[in-house]
Amino acid sequence: MTTVHETEPTGERASTSRPPAGSGRFWTLRRQDTLSGWLFVLPQALGFLAFVLYPLIAVVYYSFHTSNVLSGVTKYAGTRNYSQLVHDPATPSVARATVLFCIGLVVINIALAMLLAVLLNQRLRGTTVFRTLFFSPVVVSLVAWTITWNFLLQNNGGINSMLHVVGIEGPNWLRGDNSALVSVVIVQVFKNVGLNMVLFLAALQGVPRSLLEAAEIDGAGAWRRFRSVVLPLISPTTLLTTIVTISGSLQVFAQIQILTEGGPNNRTNVLVYFFYQQAFDNHDFGYGSAVAVVLFAIILVLTLVQWRLRKKWVFYES
Amino acid sequence: MRTRRLRLTSLALSAASLLALSLAGCSNGSGSGGDANVSLRMTVWSNDPSQTALFNSIAADYRKTHPDVASIAFDYIPIDNYTTALTTQIAGSNPPDMAWVLERDAPDFVSSGALTDLTPTLQKAAGYQYDDLTPAATKLWKQGGDLYAYPFSTSPFGMFYNKDLLTKAGVAQTPDQLLAAHQWTWQNAEKMAAQVAAHTDKQGLVVRDWDYKTWVQLAGVWRGWGADAWSADGKTCGFDSPQMQQAMAFLHDAIFQDKALPGPGETADFFAGESGLTITQISRATLLATHPFDWGIVPLPSGPAGASQVIGQAGIGVMTKGSHKQQAADFLAYFSDAANSTKLARYFPPARTSQLTTATLAKANPMFTPQQLQDVVIDGIKTGSVLPSHKNSAKIANLVQNALDPMWKSGADVDAVLSGVCKAIAPALSE
Repeated sequence: MTTVHETEPTGERASTSRPPAGSGRFWTLRRQDTLSGWLFVLPQALGFLAFVLYPLIAVVYYSFHTSNVLSGVTKYAGTRNYSQLVHDPATPSVARATVLFCIGLVVINIALAMLLAVLLNQRLRGTTVFRTLFFSPVVVSLVAWTITWNFLLQNNGGINSMLHVVGIEGPNWLRGDNSALVSVVIVQVFKNVGLNMVLFLAALQGVPRSLLEAAEIDGAGAWRRFRSVVLPLISPTTLLTTIVTISGSLQVFAQIQILTEGGPNNRTNVLVYFFYQQAFDNHDFGYGSAVAVVLFAIILVLTLVQWRLRKKWVFYES
Repeated sequence: MRTRRLRLTSLALSAASLLALSLAGCSNGSGSGGDANVSLRMTVWSNDPSQTALFNSIAADYRKTHPDVASIAFDYIPIDNYTTALTTQIAGSNPPDMAWVLERDAPDFVSSGALTDLTPTLQKAAGYQYDDLTPAATKLWKQGGDLYAYPFSTSPFGMFYNKDLLTKAGVAQTPDQLLAAHQWTWQNAEKMAAQVAAHTDKQGLVVRDWDYKTWVQLAGVWRGWGADAWSADGKTCGFDSPQMQQAMAFLHDAIFQDKALPGPGETADFFAGESGLTITQISRATLLATHPFDWGIVPLPSGPAGASQVIGQAGIGVMTKGSHKQQAADFLAYFSDAANSTKLARYFPPARTSQLTTATLAKANPMFTPQQLQDVVIDGIKTGSVLPSHKNSAKIANLVQNALDPMWKSGADVDAVLSGVCKAIAPALSE
C-alpha cells in the first residue's frame, strides 16, 4: 500500500508540475502541497477554532471570574467558583443524580441492546420488523419523543390509566423521589437503545460461525458459547458503545428540562442540567463555567480511563 | 491539471468560507445602519395574533411621523424561557432595543444598570402626562426616583369560575353570590372546589401556571393569611412564619385530603373546561373569547387576614446596551402615551390613574361586566400588592422550588418543609 501512495503522485507531478531543479521559484512543490493541505482543512479548522476551541478557552477563563450578565461587569475571582461548587448544598444531590443516572443508563442500555441484538440475530420470521421497531426511536426528534413521554408519565397520564385498568395504582412517575430518576433513565434508554442494538447486531454478524460450531462440538452450551466466544469477539463494540453511552449520559439535558426540571428536590438534577441552571437561569456565568469545566474534566478522565483499560477487557483490536 | 483544478476549487471554497465568517462576524443581527435608518426590536412573551396586530399598528403609526425608524420588530420569546433567552442575548452582545421584563426580575434589571432611565424622555414627551402613572404601579420599576421601565401591564389575579360545572356539581351559591353575601372566603372556595372534584369528572381549583414548580403563583393563596415569601426589605425569610404555616397547611389539606386541587403531575386547563375554578391574571380572559361554557370572575377570596389581592406586573425597558437608546425611548414614550395606553388596556390593565375607571375599562374589555371590572381590576390594582420579587430572583426561585418539593406528597411535615425553605434561601436573601 505504501508503495502505491508514493509512486502515483510522483508520476503525475513528474509530467505536469514539478519545477526544474534549482529554478528558485517560491511556489515549490512542497509549498504548493502544504498550501493545498491547509486550504483543504481551513473551513473545518475555522469552525473548530470558532465553535470549539474558543468557547472552551472562554469557559475556563470565565470559571475564574464572576460575571454579571445584566451589568456586563466581569471580575477576577480566583478559585471562588470552584470552592462554591465544593460547598454548595446542592452538590451532593447533583453528584448522586449524575452517578445514578450514568450507571442506570449504561447498564440498562448496554444490557438491553445486547439482548435485543442477540434475539434479532436469530434466523426467525419478523426480525426485520422488530429491528425497525426498536431502531425507529433513534430517528425521532428528541424533544418530540420526550414531550410525548411527559404526557404518558403524568400522574393522570396514559401509563397510569393503563395500569388502573388492570387494577394497579401506578406511582407519580415524574414527582416521586425515586421514580423520577428511573423514569428519565427509561425514557432515555428507549430513545437510544436501537442505535447500540444495531452496532451489536453488526458485531454479532461478524462472529465466524466456524468458531461457534467448533465450541458446540467441544460440548459448550449456549451460555458458554456466548460468554467464551461471542462476548470476547464483540468486545471492541462493547467498548465503543460503553464509551459513547457514558459520554452521552453525562450530557443529557433536554429530557431533564422537559420531564422534571431537575426535581423533585434535585433528585434528577444531573451535572449538565445544574450547569445550565447556574449559567442561564441564575445568570451566574462564572459559577456555571466552573461546573462546565468540572463536567468536561470528568468526561475526559472517564474516557481516558476506559481507553487505558481497553487492553484488559477488549479481546482484540484491529 | 486535475490537481490544479482541485487546488483552485479548495482555494475558492476556503475564500468563500472566510468571507461568510467575516460577514457573519460583522453583522449584529439588527440590520440597523446609521441613525437615519434605524431598526428597533422589542422582545415580548406574547404571540397572541390580536395583540401582535395591535403592537404593529401602533408601530406603523409611529413610523409615519418618524421616517428615521425603518422598522420596529416585536420579537416573540416563549414565557417559559423568556428571561433566560433575553439574558443570553444580552451576554451575546445582541441585546434588543426594548424588552418586556417580568415583575420578579425587576430588581435585578433595575439595579444592575441593564435598563436606561426613561424619566427625562417620558417627562418631555408632548402630552404624555407622566404624573398620571400611579405610584403603586411604578414603584417596582423605580430607583432613586427615576423610572427604568414603563409598567405596561398591571394585571390583578382573580378567581375565574365555570358556572356550568358548578351547577353540575350541585353548588348552591356561586362565587359572585358568596361575594355579595360577604362569604367569599378561602374555606368556602375550597369546599366548592372539592364539591366539583367529587361530583364531576373534572378538577376543582387550578392555580394556573403553578404546576408545583412556579411557587410564586401561590402568593394569591398565602397572602389571605397575611403571609409572604420574605420581609419588605427582602432580608428575612417569611416561609417559616406562623401565617405561612397555616396557609400552607390549608393548601396541603385541600390537595391531599379534600382533593380540591389537582395533585402533583395532574394537569387540568380551566379554559378548556377541565376545572371548576382557577386563579389567574385577568389578562388571561382572552382565552375565553370562544368559551364553550358560562363563566364569571371574582376577586381572590378572603383569608384570616381579610381580603388580599395580588397583582402581576410587566414593564418595558430600554436596554442600556442597545444600539439606538434614544430612538427606542422615544418610541416607548409613544407606545405608552395616553392614547395608546387606552388601546393596550384591552389586554393589559393600564398604569394610568385617569384610565382606571369602569367606563374606560369597559370600552376596552367588553368581555367583563362593569361590576367585575370594579371588583377585580380597579379595586385589585388599588388595594393589591405585586407578586414577590427579589434581587437574584432566579436563584432564589430555584432554591425555594427545590426546598418546597418534599411538601407535595401526602403526609408531609409542612412546618419542617417550610423551615427547610428558609434554611435554603437565607444565604441568598442576605447576598
